[in-house]
Amino acid sequence: MSDTHAQSVAFVRDTAIPAAPPPARQRGAIRWMRENLFSTWVNALLTIAALVAIFFILRGILPWLFNGVWTTPSLTACREVLQGKVGGCFSVLTERWNQLLFGFEYPRDQYWRPATAFVLLFAAAAPVMFFNLPRRLLIITALYPFVAYYLIWGGTVLTPIVALLGFVAGYLAYAGLVRSSFATGFFAGIAAAALTWWIGGMIVSAIAPARPWLVHVPSRELGGFMLNMILGVTCLCLSIPLGVLLALGRQSRMPLIKGMSVVFIEFIRGVPLITLLFVANVVLAYFLPPGTSFDLILRVIIMITIFAAAYIAEVVRGGLAALPKGQYEAGDSLGLDYAQAMRLIILPQALKISIPGIVNIAVGLFKDTTLVSVISMFDLIGMIRGPILAASEWKGIYWELFGFAALLFFVVCYGISQYSQWLERQLSTGHR
Amino acid sequence: MADAEMKVLDEVAISIRKMNKWYGAFHVLRDIDLTVNRGERIVICGPSGSGKSTLIRCINALEEHQKGTIEVDGITLSSDIKNIDRIRREVGMCFQHFNLFPHLTILENCTLAPIWVRKTPKREAEQTAMHFLEKVKIPDQAHKYPGQLSGGQQQRVAIARSLCMKPRIMLFDEPTSALDPEMIKEVLDTMIELAEEGMTMLCVTHEMGFARQVANRVIFMDEGQIVEQNEPEEFFNNPRSERTKLFLSQILGH
Repeated sequence: MSDTHAQSVAFVRDTAIPAAPPPARQRGAIRWMRENLFSTWVNALLTIAALVAIFFILRGILPWLFNGVWTTPSLTACREVLQGKVGGCFSVLTERWNQLLFGFEYPRDQYWRPATAFVLLFAAAAPVMFFNLPRRLLIITALYPFVAYYLIWGGTVLTPIVALLGFVAGYLAYAGLVRSSFATGFFAGIAAAALTWWIGGMIVSAIAPARPWLVHVPSRELGGFMLNMILGVTCLCLSIPLGVLLALGRQSRMPLIKGMSVVFIEFIRGVPLITLLFVANVVLAYFLPPGTSFDLILRVIIMITIFAAAYIAEVVRGGLAALPKGQYEAGDSLGLDYAQAMRLIILPQALKISIPGIVNIAVGLFKDTTLVSVISMFDLIGMIRGPILAASEWKGIYWELFGFAALLFFVVCYGISQYSQWLERQLSTGHR
Repeated sequence: MADAEMKVLDEVAISIRKMNKWYGAFHVLRDIDLTVNRGERIVICGPSGSGKSTLIRCINALEEHQKGTIEVDGITLSSDIKNIDRIRREVGMCFQHFNLFPHLTILENCTLAPIWVRKTPKREAEQTAMHFLEKVKIPDQAHKYPGQLSGGQQQRVAIARSLCMKPRIMLFDEPTSALDPEMIKEVLDTMIELAEEGMTMLCVTHEMGFARQVANRVIFMDEGQIVEQNEPEEFFNNPRSERTKLFLSQILGH
């Protein structure tokens, strides 16, 4: 019966065929390699070429990495240890570790303060990044900026407290008056906050203790990767909401708001960031009354923030435009007001569409923080190009230092990218 | 059919007087006069571009009218946003393309407006939502997302979502035009049930069977004007204007 065609003749199976493993060539790793690496002769050639390339790259890098010297006090000492062999002088990283991270002026005995702020950053970011955590944890996020400021800059504890009180006062005024009209609440909130800061500022300067618990560290003493982190995190957190507001403003039916948003976005986008940084560094001082000290880091933060916000606004506008008009109409027909419709219906969808674009800008923004080295701030790149490479011990060492800088930035940027992909998967409801 | 329940009351629900609308220079709605009493079921039909959708979209101010007055539930529609929101709370609307919120579950779609607009406590809003989802016969889908449902199911959710706001008037803008034939019936059945409970309804639809069965008045529009209105029997058996006759012969001809 074995040669009977089941199709042509009536057929009944009387014995079951036992399950057998697939042929060896069709199994596991061999099959995978056949399908993916050697499926055609072109593919096979490319695979071999790639393997050869990888081999040569690793042959160059691995000895450099593993022969590396970690403990010499200078480049000359390192070269003596190596005696002409290939190897990296990573001792520059160990020897200048603190400078690379904190800059060269931050008080040495106070390094624990920015380190603590860095660790707390994760606790503050978690409730925002992972929305299945209890919402009550957001209070940590809200308090974090003040704690971090106090830890990094130090000085009297009253300063961040007054700053916090200003926000609280502003919110209370807003919440109390928003019922009558949004504009009243909004401006009352701003007025209350400003008043609190003004009065608080006077009180603080009057009663501030001469020797606070945490030594005050002026802004110009901040540096290293810490400065990149401060600028990156702050500017990112400020530019996303500002960008969303600008995008909504650009869609507004009110000509004044629309016009202002368009001009702002187009102007800021049309100017190189480095120009804005020079403006922050030099030109702003001309416009300020003599004697006022407007912190340089604050000026830089403002510039990077508005720069990134203009880009984010355009990305978000793309997301808003991608939503069908029916979504707006459905919200309207249910009686939701503008703020509710935006917050509950439009923005969650528009922002979800915009995630890849926003992440693109976030990563770019974080890397752009190194531009401050051009206006003589000593961020990670500024430290490397300035004090470290200028020192006689380490003159002429490039790969190790810039490789390390690249690694730090890569870790952060890759983290942002991975998070965004996870977020997109979380938010996808499968169908649009 | 429970005719006894489908009572028309004397109370006026919607009154439209000499309403005109233009899109730019194009005169879409011309001198519309229409009074709808509470409990009326009105079917509006007409060729495409005749302004029927625009008419009902003017009633909840999705479209702005330029001349004349619209009064809904005793509130005169003006450009004041508070006024508009008050009217929208009382008027439910179903769209041709459902317009469910794809990022929210079915249940969240239904509870969103009651919670945020009516300030209903969440638990209560969810109970109401489940009640109406049972009514449209899809309580078991409550925790799915709109994209996972068929078109007919989505449209029934859209009806339930509107009902959760406890509207006194329902507007339907071609609710079955985007559906496969076998799904049209399930949506129409839901609408018939709603009509039997005495809901005031304005439907733009080409479902003439539905019109015959449920409507107490059929309105025919062409070129932005109301050309003819009558009780369904008269309208279908004895149309008066030539334009209506032509239209009916085209849509009932096969």
